[in-house]
Amino acid sequence: MSDTPIQAGANKERPLSPHLMIYKPIPTMVMSILHRITGAALYFGTILVAWWLIATASGAGSFETAAWFFGSFLGRLILFAYTFALMHHMLGGIKHLVQDTGAGLEKDFTTQMAKLHPIASGVLTILIWIIGYVVR
Amino acid sequence: MANQNDMRTPLSRVRGLGSAKDGTEHFWRQRLTAIANIPLMLFFIWTIISLNGVGYEQTVAYLSSPFVAIVMLMVIGAGIYHMKLGMQVIIEDYVHGAAGKALLVANSFFAIVIGATCAFAILKLGFGG
Repeated sequence: MSDTPIQAGANKERPLSPHLMIYKPIPTMVMSILHRITGAALYFGTILVAWWLIATASGAGSFETAAWFFGSFLGRLILFAYTFALMHHMLGGIKHLVQDTGAGLEKDFTTQMAKLHPIASGVLTILIWIIGYVVR
Repeated sequence: MANQNDMRTPLSRVRGLGSAKDGTEHFWRQRLTAIANIPLMLFFIWTIISLNGVGYEQTVAYLSSPFVAIVMLMVIGAGIYHMKLGMQVIIEDYVHGAAGKALLVANSFFAIVIGATCAFAILKLGFGG
């Protein structure tokens, strides 16, 4: 672990395999990364689900506090983003299930699907929120 | 015929569990919970939509119906197991050594704490608060 010039130089010049910062972003790659990010977001979002459920089970007072938060502007913003994350992750997951069978792996097709992916996620998210307000 | 370069014993080949000793179990459970999550999460979204702007009494009444309570338990079970497996892969990919091990423990604990909390709430509401 000594900092001899030879070692320091070797570390600097040692070639690295290409990674996120080196590759030019392409649609399939960006959607793959977003699948992971939305998965992680949904992971921490379960804290809100647990809070909502336990607040409801605890009584009217704690329910009202949770309902106030989720009904606030910030609460709705978080829920909207959470809906998008869920839709994006679900569509990505369905894509993975299809690809597990060996289907739909042609280069141009995967790129087209990757470009459509965020649009479809957005449309589904907005649709869910429209239904949410219409049904109310 | 066995590959001459294959150092594994015949028993090891037959078991097909690999060096991590659990074979394709992680992959399989990830896919199983993924398939389950499609209808379950759509049900969850519908539940939230149905309860949008609804007061305390109605929310409790809705969540205490046996059908809703049973499906909500499955939403929580499949969802949390799926996310635990997913976060495990993220940790294994990016965090190595002792810190990685600590995070894997934290990941399991997080999943169990969230799961126990949600399950208790659903059961309490299901059995009539």
